[in-house]
Amino acid sequence: MDDVFKALADASRRSLLDRLHAKNGQTLNELCEGLAMTRQAVTKHLVILEEANLVTTYKQGREKLHYLNPVPIHQIGERWIKKFERGKLAALSELKRQLEKRDE
Amino acid sequence: MSKPDYIYVVYIQAPCETVWDALIDPEMNKEYWGRQCNLSDWKVGSRWQHANYDDHSEVMVLGTVLESDRPHRLVLSWARPEHAGNPDKVSKVTFTVEDQFGASKLTIVHSELDDEMRNAISGGWPPILSSLKTLLETGEAMPMTRRNWKRNA
Repeated sequence: MDDVFKALADASRRSLLDRLHAKNGQTLNELCEGLAMTRQAVTKHLVILEEANLVTTYKQGREKLHYLNPVPIHQIGERWIKKFERGKLAALSELKRQLEKRDE
Repeated sequence: MSKPDYIYVVYIQAPCETVWDALIDPEMNKEYWGRQCNLSDWKVGSRWQHANYDDHSEVMVLGTVLESDRPHRLVLSWARPEHAGNPDKVSKVTFTVEDQFGASKLTIVHSELDDEMRNAISGGWPPILSSLKTLLETGEAMPMTRRNWKRNA
């Protein structure tokens, strides 16, 4: 999970994920298009994203296609978001209890 | 060959055989797949169905077993029952299970999707795979995938 947070802690890498989210299965060339990053920088960022399992690649003929893999992000959500929801629910029931007490 | 629409990867601390068996065992399926299960004899050329565990007549997805090579590769055609006869509406799912230093790398490639199925599956695979990992590593699947998704939707 450290890898995932480290990989996500960089705006350039998040923008690469955004690009894959918008269009999955891009080649390095496609990913570089219109970006203010060098090809070398994009390659380096992709390696970090791949190591974190946020990007996975697929070889098709001579092309290497990049895919966004949302599974690790889902695991992060599962680990923490549920707890926050429980917190919200607890806060709401406390609010209800307090308001109803005042009516008494 | 068209390029895949989605590729999902999850690393699971379990032998490849365990992961492969969990993909086709209805008792395990129902735990991590929203109380749905996969039914077939898993021989190449056989039909397979993805159905409600509590009522097998409620079939959500069906298709043919295209490749079946335990524990490394399972390829299925994948369509809604009403579209099974329409080649434009039949997609393909490839499960690959590879050993990675004693753990398993499970890759799911979903290709040849039409827009309707693309929307349906894009939210579905990540929780299923996360929960499969949780089940195999802890012995218990995530609560959200043990409920019947349809009824709670």
